[in-house]
Amino acid sequence: MKSNVLRAGLLIAAVAAIVLLPAGCKRGGGDEILVGEYGSLTGTTATFGQSTNNAIQMAFDEINAAGGVLGKKVRVAVEDDQSKPEEAATAVTKLINQNHVVAMLGEVSSSRSLAAAPICQANGVPMISPSSTNPRVTQVGNYIFRVCFTDPFQAEVGARIAWEILKVKKVAILSDVRNDYSVGLQTFFRQHFKGYGGEIVAEQSYSEGDSDFRAQLTQIKSANPEAIYVPGYYTEVATIARQARELGITVPLIGGDGWDSPRLWEIGGEALNGCHFSNHYSVDDPSPAVQKFVADYRKRFNQVPDALAALGYDAARILADAMKRAGSPKGDKVRDALVQTKDFPGVTGTITINNERNAVKPAVVLKIENGKFVYVTTVKPTGT
Amino acid sequence: MKALVRAVALVAVLFVVSGLLTGSLIESVSISPYFLQVLCLAGINIILAVSLNLINGFTGQFSIGHAGFMAIGAYVSSFLSITFGDRIRGVVSFAPEAVQNSLLLLAVLAVGALCAGAAGFLVGVPSLRLRGDYLAIVTLGFGEIIRVFIVNIDAVGGARGLGGMPKLANFFWIYLFAAGTVAVVTRIVGSSFGRTLIAIREDEIAAEAMGVNTTRAKVLSFVVSSAMAGVAGGLFAHYLIYLHPNSFTFIRSFEIIIMIVIGGLGSITGSVLGAVLYITLTEGLRQFAQYRMVAFSLLLVILMIVRPQGILGHRELRHFLGKRRRASEPPPPAVAA
Amino acid sequence: MTTFLQQLVNGLSLGSIYALIALGYTMVYGVLRLINFAHGDVYMLGAYAGYYLSRKLKGSEPSLVGALLVMLGAMVFCAIIGIFIERFAYRPVRRAARLTLLITAIGVSLFIENAAQLVFGPDPKFFPSLAPRADFLVAGVRLTSEQLTVIAVSVILMILLRFFILKTRTGKAMRAVSFNLDAAKLMGISTDRIIAITFALGSALAAAAGVLIGMQIPKIDPLMGINYGLKAFVAAVLGGIGNVPGAVLGGLLIGTSEVMVVGYLSSTYRDAIAFGILILVLLLRPQGILGRAQKEKV
Repeated sequence: MKSNVLRAGLLIAAVAAIVLLPAGCKRGGGDEILVGEYGSLTGTTATFGQSTNNAIQMAFDEINAAGGVLGKKVRVAVEDDQSKPEEAATAVTKLINQNHVVAMLGEVSSSRSLAAAPICQANGVPMISPSSTNPRVTQVGNYIFRVCFTDPFQAEVGARIAWEILKVKKVAILSDVRNDYSVGLQTFFRQHFKGYGGEIVAEQSYSEGDSDFRAQLTQIKSANPEAIYVPGYYTEVATIARQARELGITVPLIGGDGWDSPRLWEIGGEALNGCHFSNHYSVDDPSPAVQKFVADYRKRFNQVPDALAALGYDAARILADAMKRAGSPKGDKVRDALVQTKDFPGVTGTITINNERNAVKPAVVLKIENGKFVYVTTVKPTGT
Repeated sequence: MKALVRAVALVAVLFVVSGLLTGSLIESVSISPYFLQVLCLAGINIILAVSLNLINGFTGQFSIGHAGFMAIGAYVSSFLSITFGDRIRGVVSFAPEAVQNSLLLLAVLAVGALCAGAAGFLVGVPSLRLRGDYLAIVTLGFGEIIRVFIVNIDAVGGARGLGGMPKLANFFWIYLFAAGTVAVVTRIVGSSFGRTLIAIREDEIAAEAMGVNTTRAKVLSFVVSSAMAGVAGGLFAHYLIYLHPNSFTFIRSFEIIIMIVIGGLGSITGSVLGAVLYITLTEGLRQFAQYRMVAFSLLLVILMIVRPQGILGHRELRHFLGKRRRASEPPPPAVAA
Repeated sequence: MTTFLQQLVNGLSLGSIYALIALGYTMVYGVLRLINFAHGDVYMLGAYAGYYLSRKLKGSEPSLVGALLVMLGAMVFCAIIGIFIERFAYRPVRRAARLTLLITAIGVSLFIENAAQLVFGPDPKFFPSLAPRADFLVAGVRLTSEQLTVIAVSVILMILLRFFILKTRTGKAMRAVSFNLDAAKLMGISTDRIIAITFALGSALAAAAGVLIGMQIPKIDPLMGINYGLKAFVAAVLGGIGNVPGAVLGGLLIGTSEVMVVGYLSSTYRDAIAFGILILVLLLRPQGILGRAQKEKV
């Protein structure tokens, strides 16, 4: 009996020892400003998180080299959310509670931003999403911002691609039912397209992570659409394109910024030729700021930067700029400065944050041709 | 009378401890919020582990769909607190806010537990006719079906997650319920009903032959177990203030299984120990998160080969504390071969 | 009508995959009364083996011979893995309580999944084109060469398996072991060897399914075994667990109903269908369509 007590005691001691291990929490403060970043570095949308992370690193390295913010260097604490919303919530909680970050950058996916935003809002930590386009994200509270356009506008661009560029009247929709971004886009697309006089001939759905879309595509094919709107993320979209072509569907696909990934062509290949999508910027934009960004990114990461990278770059720089204008890295002051951001020169356009804490910006339309995203046109938001 | 005194003492101790830990009692005394979170999650896991052990360990029925009942408790209670929270609070608007919140929490937890228990009944009645492997698969299936249904209900956010519930749960409430769960299960196991369950575990056909209504007993323990899982779910939801169906997959069910197997299938203390160990190792080794599940699964296999009864087997804490073993108590049986 | 036929073809090719995996479940359950949770993960390993092997062939033109070699390679690899799992994880606990066996199986499954995530990386990978592509139009229904390959290969493998079980001595020994392990031992059958062969065969079939799926879909990731494995298990139960033709029937039925539900109803219930069918089967006719009722003896 006694040896059992001893064993139990040893066990508890060992447990206690392990528990005291995570005593090293990385705090900021002192001569450093600690900014949190959460993103999908792994998982089904891994390139989103990786591109954003690369660009944020590059942006802060440039800023630090030029003297930092308010005389201090900025450091970024990164957490991977594995492309899962519940992990995003955990990551943000950890960054705020354990690392004590003063501001948060993230996420690309609207679902994951929606999971994390209430936590940032409740803790008074300003959050800037570089690329979440669902309108609900910034509605969570006055500490939540974004530097990109929103989906009602993006869906309108999609509808115009169908109506004006492809000149089709009958469109089918294949959207991701598990994804706020996709659900939002298809809702607004339907409104706009019908408003122009178009007809939605079929609607099917899938779930992020699915790999077989033949059943849905077969149904869509029987409705004879002239184009298919697929507002999803690149992994599924590319597979959908391939399977569509295999089933004999030849009409073009239309999509949104969720398509933007170097892996889109890698997975989808020739099935994607002739497809169009709306995006935040084009690599071919001749403006010197954009070209410099592209060249720097290319040199450092050996890759052409996609829109997620460009937006991540802008988000990081806007955050630094807000801190400078506020004169302090404290949450409430940074928040006030962010709201007043006007005409900030970003690589994705001139960025002004409006009262809803969204950015009012134009969108570009890109066409896929043999592995390249070719610039077609720019669409300005109505009213500007 | 003695039980009442003990209960009041427990509540008082918990109150003081939670106050100390969160810094609300004495200003300068507190632990890091991260550490507090680990403790709270451990408490929730204790409730899950102990309740699952009632069914798996003491009744010998292999259920691997526990996460489904946790999900029901979580979503029902969250839906209520989001939609009717203010109205419920309004009923006792004369009381201070802390009391209002406590009442709200108790109310939504009660309803959540009721729904989870009802689900346990619906699942249990047809399934518990099956034995062994088939029961395991069916409970797994029901757990997944529950999850898929939740994913499809837009009113609770579906696949996009659910947020916005008030943060009603804290260290005090979680450990109060954890203590309550342990107490309830201990009482059940020590009662004649508990002996019925153990009889079913040891040899179900013999128990039937002895006149035990095995189906009724199994369903009853299943319902109690599910209701407790529902409470854990409700606490989980109101602590993390964010829910997503992906938190309730069979992986979660398997995690609870790992906890009770490590601790010892027939031991309540073992379940507590297993739950604490699991969360501690999970958090303590967070830097090695990728290796964590590899290590745990390997540990599980090795444990099954080398020591299938887990750390404590059928023993409880009192076996270590009591010098003389009660004469009427037979030595704990080995795990059935 | 053509849409319906097209969906039917889609369902058959998906169902063939389920059938191949289900065969492994059913054979192992037949000899060991064990639900090998890890079987779905062996299927995943087969897909990855096929992936890495086909990358070795990179550069050369996609060809039928190349595809065959890749499949054979994957099958051999997984057969070895199957034997390994049986020897080191299941054999030590063979005589233990059923609960212990089940937990061990769960442990092995979790181990393979997480180890695969570590080794291969958690992001999905994409199979390169293996066999030359061609599409056939039959009565308005489109058959891709991949779908045809899947159905053809599955049929061939199933016929070979049936031949093996019914006509060879080892097959006879397998059937004897599945009737009664101890009696088979008394008859002089080396039960350890037979069990090892059963695992090897089942795993090889799962590997073939993995390569076929890689050719058809073409996305593979370390957790793909969970979904497919569970559904294939349902298929085995539906057809009558322990019953070889039952596994095939079950697989085709599950595959077809899944495709029909997704196409005509909603894709969100895709995963629930298999489980729903499972629960119905277990409640109404637990021995499955082709199985025989088992009486429990004291």
